[in-house]
Amino acid sequence: MNIDTTATLDARGLNCPLPILRTKKALNSLDSGDTLQLISSDPGSVKDIDSFCKQTGNELLENSSESGEYKFVIRKV
Amino acid sequence: MGNAAKVLQEPVMDRNLFNTWFDERIAEREAAHVPSMTIIATKGTLDMAYPPFILSSTAAALGWDVSVFFTFYGLNLLKKDLNLEISPLGNPAMPMKMPVGPEWLRKMNMNIPNVVMANVPGFEKMASGMIKKTMHDKGVATIEELRSLCLEADVKLVACQMTVDLFTMDQSEFIPEIQDWIGAASFLPTAQQADVSLFI
Repeated sequence: MNIDTTATLDARGLNCPLPILRTKKALNSLDSGDTLQLISSDPGSVKDIDSFCKQTGNELLENSSESGEYKFVIRKV
Repeated sequence: MGNAAKVLQEPVMDRNLFNTWFDERIAEREAAHVPSMTIIATKGTLDMAYPPFILSSTAAALGWDVSVFFTFYGLNLLKKDLNLEISPLGNPAMPMKMPVGPEWLRKMNMNIPNVVMANVPGFEKMASGMIKKTMHDKGVATIEELRSLCLEADVKLVACQMTVDLFTMDQSEFIPEIQDWIGAASFLPTAQQADVSLFI
């Protein structure tokens, strides 16, 4: 599934908790309803991003993995 | 008999309506509640610097109010010049692995006897340098980075005044972003109100 996103964040090579912190920062600069694509190489980010979205109310539209990379699409609440 | 039965009768009330009203009020309160966390950071080595900064920066990213009280060796984490080290001596849980070299060597855990670690000059410097390299290679943030992220996210950093006096330090050695210099009696009421309170 390919979604046109407002912004993209490349967090590859970063380890916990940096992907979450960078995601939060990136979302801060977006408007409500905008979407952010996040690419990460940290396996821990799969559960952490899910939990982050649940806690902050942002919507996790996509969560997929491909050859050691994890892709997320988040819609800002 | 007839009268007693009458007294025991429930007042006329629509229970379902009341329960719905009550649940809605509870849900409103929960939605409006900002979670909060307080941490007491008492350790000043490189390895023990991570938990308070990782947890507080992440909690801030989740939208929580966070306050960290640095006391005893934890005060080291608030110095302007962070020169944190680890000591593998007497710390058998710490893996001793090479950050460079072939895969088989990197995986090998070297059991270095305490007597060697204690007597080789600069052993802690070397071990600290090695773990810093490993952390950098694996994309783990530096403590400086996590600390500035915490400050950016409005994590409240407070320091123990007694420790400064005890170790003959000076407030000028510490970062100016410290919000307050306090004692236990000032910190505990904050901790009492927190949803999560940790001692590290």
